[in-house]
Parts: sequence; structure tokens; C-alpha cells
Amino acid sequence: MNIRPMNMRYQWVAFCTILSKEIRRFTRIWAQTLLPPAITMTLYFVIFGNLIGSRIGDMGGFDYMQFIVPGLIMMSVIQNSYGNVVSSFFSTKFQRSIEEMLVSPMSSMTILLGYIAGGVARGILVGIIVTLLSLFFTRLHIENLLVTMLVVVLTATLFSIGGFINAIFANKFDDVAIIPTFILTPLTYLGGVFYSIDLLPDFWRTVSLFNPIVYMVNAFRYGLLGVSDVDVVGSLVAVAGFTLVMFFFALWLLQRGTGIRQ
Amino acid sequence: MSALVIRNLQKTYRNDVEALKGISLEVAAGDFFALLGPNGAGKSTTIGIISSLVNKTAGEVEIFGHDLDRDRIEAKRRVGVVPQEFNFNQFEKVLDILVAQAGFYGIPARQARERAEFYLRKLGLWDKRDSQSRMLSGGMKRRLMIARALVHDPDLLILDEPTAGVDIELRRSMWDFLTELNGQGKTIILTTHYLEEAESLCRRIAIIDHGRIVENTDMKSLLDKLQVETFVLDLAEPLTVAPELGDIEVRLKDSLTLEVAVPKSSDLNGVFARLADSHISVRSMRNKSNRLEELFVRLVERNLPGGGGQ
Repeated sequence: MNIRPMNMRYQWVAFCTILSKEIRRFTRIWAQTLLPPAITMTLYFVIFGNLIGSRIGDMGGFDYMQFIVPGLIMMSVIQNSYGNVVSSFFSTKFQRSIEEMLVSPMSSMTILLGYIAGGVARGILVGIIVTLLSLFFTRLHIENLLVTMLVVVLTATLFSIGGFINAIFANKFDDVAIIPTFILTPLTYLGGVFYSIDLLPDFWRTVSLFNPIVYMVNAFRYGLLGVSDVDVVGSLVAVAGFTLVMFFFALWLLQRGTGIRQ
Repeated sequence: MSALVIRNLQKTYRNDVEALKGISLEVAAGDFFALLGPNGAGKSTTIGIISSLVNKTAGEVEIFGHDLDRDRIEAKRRVGVVPQEFNFNQFEKVLDILVAQAGFYGIPARQARERAEFYLRKLGLWDKRDSQSRMLSGGMKRRLMIARALVHDPDLLILDEPTAGVDIELRRSMWDFLTELNGQGKTIILTTHYLEEAESLCRRIAIIDHGRIVENTDMKSLLDKLQVETFVLDLAEPLTVAPELGDIEVRLKDSLTLEVAVPKSSDLNGVFARLADSHISVRSMRNKSNRLEELFVRLVERNLPGGGGQ
């Protein structure tokens, strides 16, 4: 890769172009991107937090509403960062406007970083919206700001990369929906959003430890509430490591032109 | 300085189709170059490789001295591509498409807007700047693709069938615009099915067929290879049989139309003198087909399996 200062400046402008284009895209279609998670999460807060939660009692030393808020925020971040990149990049492929980028001097690294940043931006914005909505239902206390921010950014980055890889391999719109529906949603629901995995029998608790979302949800819960079912430092290191591996895999795919060049 | 140098370019697709069988080509800076060939000959693959949309199997591409593999960024900055099919986001606004494209080439937003405005005005699209691109007519979409290819001020402009499907008036105005760009020093490479377009615009021409260059020369030398030119004569009075005009082949198409195949060694004065001797008066005359078209068909036929070529 060319790293001359002049080219670094070009790459920076190109990166900002993709990022601003992505932000413009998801804010322009806010009724499809920002409103649905706000409505869905409000329903979760009302039904699981208020109506059912009041009968469940405490979980992990907190009332049920307080316990599920971190998980639901994280669920929104995961779904939206993934959804943003997979739909935007696949649509770029589908309409062939990806060629606008491929003919330009933009490096593969810049293209990848631009789309990841777009996914992270939407993930964090939706996370903020859901957090603000949760304040109508419960008090929110941030135990460790650094861990909270780190987990959100790492998780949004990881799932943005996941969305990018999905879009690279996708050939039709069905392929874009398969992973979120059949893999992401079950993993998220079984990732300790609604319960502490300590409540599970030993076998299922052990199985849950193979679910990467358990570590993200718990690390985030630790950031907000100060409690976690798993080791937080270990979780952060594992998520960061996995993010790096996924990043270089996506970069390799992009550089060899998988799914985008003949 | 050469704008483009291609050496032994080869491309075999995954389905084992050998689209390019080692073509070499050189286009001088400032040239107006036509790349012709029948459908499936390898034109779009060649352009795809130059514009980094297709991975080559082997060979080298240099753009203004910058190797596309080793000095990719500098090489790509110098090329603007107008593809055959529309490839912009249908839901984006016209101005946004151009500004984003400039951004992809590292041009800061304010400068990008100035350039976008310049080219949108130049190509008559400024009034449509806030329209979604899907709302444009076919001709407008073509002009938008040209504006987009120019927004980063490339030295080499490659156009793949730029006037396909546009009306005659717009085609003429696009020809004028391309001639103006070439006059400003931009090198232009054009593929087209309108051979009249290539003949009237381009100074040099390469013909590609079955993944090989079968001709690469200047337009005048190529046209000089034409040994016989066919003219259609509209007659003032009807005839029942074709007249004898010596070594000139004559066919009576209908009672008022003659076709005469004139060898290069003969001149038209002789043809008219003989017609006058036979008391045949000619009302009007035209070429049977475009001269380049005749040559093109002959070259491509020669290259067919079982044809007379090497």
C-alpha cells in the first residue's frame, strides 16, 4: 500500500466521503433505519421491563428493567451496525455503483474503513436513541465509562465488518437477510440479553460461553451496572482479537475482488 | 509520452472463456483513439482491466508511465471511465453523485462542488442537480456519466459505447464536446458500434476480434486499404437492364437505382462519362455504406474460423 503523505491526504478525503455518504443515507431514510429500533425497544421496555419484569423480581442484584437495558442497547447496536453495512454495501454492489469506488485511487483499506465507520455511526446513534428512551423507564448509572464506550465501539466495529463480509458474498437480496435472521437474532436472544447465564443449567451455561454475544452483552452490562457473568478484560481482549481477524479477512476479500471483480 | 501502454494482456474467465489472448497496444498522449470490435471481441474486458474492474490473468498496463500494479494510485488518478451501462446509485441526487465521485479521488468538498457545477453546466444538467438520478432521461444519464468521469480532471478518458441509445442531436453535441476535450489535450479512447462515429472523431484505430488485435493503425492508412468503394446512384429515367461500364461492376437494384463498385484505380469522372455516353442521367449519389464499416466487416470476416486470415 502506498503511504506517501500526499496519498494519505487523498485517502482521508475519500474515507470522509464514504462516511458522510453513509450518514446521509441512513438519516435520509430515518423511517427505515432509526425509527424501527426505537419502537421495538420501547415495546421491549414496556412488555418485558414493566409488565413482565415487575413479576420477575431482581436479577443479578438489579431490578429486571435495569438488568435488561444494557442488553437491549447492545442488541440495537449489533443489529443496526450489521444491517447498515450489509444493506448499503450490497445495494452498492447490486446497482453497480461500487464501480465508482473501484475505478478510483481509493485503497481497499479506505473503502473498508469508510463502510465500517458508517456502520459504527448508525450503531452508536441507535444505541444513544435507545439509551435515551430507556431513561423513561429506569434510572441509568454508568459504572465505568471507558469500558462502556470501548465495548460499544468494538461491538459496532465487529458487526459492521460482519455485515461487510455478508454483503461481499451475497448475490441476491435473500442472502442479505439469511445471516441476520438465522444466526444473528438467535445468538443475540441467547446471548444473555434477557437473563443471567448463571441461571442456566451447567451444560447450557457452557454452551452459552461459545456465543460471542454473551461476552459483548456482559462487558457492556459491566460498564453500566458493574456486574458481569464473564471475565470483562478477557471479553474485551477476545472481542478486539476477533475484530482484528475479521477486519483482515474482509480486507483480503476486498483486495482479491471476491464478489465484486471478475 | 504514451497515455496508455498495454503489453501482452491476457484474460481467462473462471468459465475458461479466453477473452484476451495477449493483446499489446500503445496510445499516444493527446490521441483520439477508437477501439472497435464485434460483440464479445474483448473490448469491454480490455477497458475493464484498464479501469480496475476486471482482474487480468497476465500482462502489463501502464497509464502515463505509471504501472497499474506497482503504482496503482497514480495510474488510476489519471483515468476517467464512462462505462457502457448506467452504474450510479439510482436514488442519489445528480450533484451528490458528482461530489462523491470527486471525493473518492481525494478532492475536498468545496473544490468538488465547483468542479461538479462546472461539468453539470457544461453538459446541460445543472437544472437537474437536485433530481434523483433515476428521474433522468436516457440521454441525461449518459451525460451524467461523462460528467462523473471528468470531475477529477483525468488525462485519459475512456468511453465504452458513449452514444448508444442517444438521439442524433445529442450524439452530435457529444461529439463536439469530446472533440473540444481532445483539443484541450485529453487523450480519448472510444469504443463504439457507430463506425461513422469512429471515422469522424478518431485519428487512430485498433480492431479487436476474438481476443486479438487484428488491426492497429491510423484512420487514413486503414481507409486507404479499401480497394473498392460502392456508390448508389438515383437515376432520372428508369432502366430495364444494367449498363456496361467496362471494369466497373454495375448492378440494377430497381428501375431507378444503380449500384456501382468503383475500384481505387478508377475515378468517378470516368464513371459519369460512361453513364453520359449511355444517355443515363444521375439525379443523386451516396455511399452504399460507411467506408469504415466495409473494412470492418472484411477484417472481422477474415478473422473468422475458416476465413482467409492468418
